[in-house]
Amino acid sequence: MDFLIEKATALGVPTLLAQVGAMLAVCAVIILYISVAAMFMIWWERKISAHMQVRLGPMRVGGWHGWAQSIADGVKLLLKEDIIPTQADKLVFALAPIVVFATALATYVIVPFGPGLMVKDLNIGVLYYISISSLTVVGIIMAGWSSNNKYSVLGAMRSAAQAVSYEVPLVVSVLGVIMIVGSLNMQTIVEHQAGRWGPLPWNWMIFGGGLQVVGFLCYFTAALAECNRMPFDIPEAESELVAGFHVEYSGIRFSMFFLAEYANMFVVAAIAVTMFLGGWRGPDFVSPLLGATLGPKVAGVFWFLTKSYFLIFVMMWLRWTLARLRVDQLMHLGWKVLLPISFINLGATGLWLVLKDMR
Amino acid sequence: MSVEQGLFYFLAAFSVALALIVVLAQNIVRAAVALIFSFCGLAGLYILLDAEFLAAVQVLIYVGGITILLLFAILLTSRIAGKGVRVLNEQKVVSGIVAVVLMVLLGLAATRGFEAPAELPKQPENTPRIGTLLMTTYALPFEAVSILLLAGMVGAIFLARKEEK
Repeated sequence: MDFLIEKATALGVPTLLAQVGAMLAVCAVIILYISVAAMFMIWWERKISAHMQVRLGPMRVGGWHGWAQSIADGVKLLLKEDIIPTQADKLVFALAPIVVFATALATYVIVPFGPGLMVKDLNIGVLYYISISSLTVVGIIMAGWSSNNKYSVLGAMRSAAQAVSYEVPLVVSVLGVIMIVGSLNMQTIVEHQAGRWGPLPWNWMIFGGGLQVVGFLCYFTAALAECNRMPFDIPEAESELVAGFHVEYSGIRFSMFFLAEYANMFVVAAIAVTMFLGGWRGPDFVSPLLGATLGPKVAGVFWFLTKSYFLIFVMMWLRWTLARLRVDQLMHLGWKVLLPISFINLGATGLWLVLKDMR
Repeated sequence: MSVEQGLFYFLAAFSVALALIVVLAQNIVRAAVALIFSFCGLAGLYILLDAEFLAAVQVLIYVGGITILLLFAILLTSRIAGKGVRVLNEQKVVSGIVAVVLMVLLGLAATRGFEAPAELPKQPENTPRIGTLLMTTYALPFEAVSILLLAGMVGAIFLARKEEK
């Protein structure tokens, strides 16, 4: 974004206008990306689930393998009547989907799509993500309470308990990487994973960069719980709570919740890729074709998206493989399994860093 | 007026307005939700002061932790979350006087108590500095606070487990 502002001021545009214009432009690009990516992911998830259950999934809309199914669904949701329950708290009911979607949007600020390709390279990058993502649950509680429905309140309370419990192992599992790199900045973390590890070309955090395999697994599990995905989707739990906090939502408000869920899935995968899987690093194969300025950026975006979507595929795979946890099992896993493991990982990483310095 | 000044006035007005809603709202859940946004406004003010770390921690602890637990407790207590229940404080006059006196005192302290520096020191990379200071110069207060928190946690667990005997 700074790059855009500099370009605009160099052309003689006033600073304020340039800043506002750049903000709006970047925001529009990200909203466009979220919508298109979410529609693709919904279609993809339906195809994956179908093939895992030996079905075909959407086949008709648009011709080839029903690729236009999500577009048709989206248009249908936008055209539906806007229903607010009479007993609902109307203001909070209307604000809740906006809060959930705005937090999902705000987390995209620190996603490093490629070398130099991010909205704003914040010094507190990882901390920013952790603090902003904790806002989602506020929107969920607002939605659950304002609907004035027992199932909604139950779903919202489960969601709050889950988010507070899994926030702790999530943060502690990431700390190992931050200790090794010594910075919270996303691009610095990616830079740190450059180079080779013995015969292998990957100096990623889960390999030679820091041997953070345990940290990665803890992060991924806790992150699944943070975005309410299977097997941690008890806040929604179709079979017992109907749909949890968004029972009363329909039409465009419901679609905002849905969009935010898929947007969160991508951010969680993107942070995992940045922290543990080398970010946008990968063989640069397009530079000979596109030149030295554009080539590395295109290759970076390609590898970043490939790795992220692979992790999203794993999330979908888990969803259609594992059964939902009970509430007590969920708390047991969060507090008695994940938290001690991530603390051991933190201690071991610290010990390793101290011993490495002494040598 | 620069962009930062405009943002400051906007965020200040936003925080104060939402804080007023917290105090005056008829419904306790609405008050809690307003409290969340008021904290977010404060975090914005911290960012304007170049205290990014403080802003992130403000959102993480106050919004993501404390207010969520507050809402959780409200939702578990079925009678105060319902509509039409009086939740306002009865002692309006006394609390009003206390608030006005406190505001005057804080205003005096802010305008007369400290000398305003001619220029604010710019420290863009302040997170590592905070960490270093906490582990060296201020290690003792840091550990004291940790012990205090631990004692609070043990006390909370003790109170919660008492009924099982």
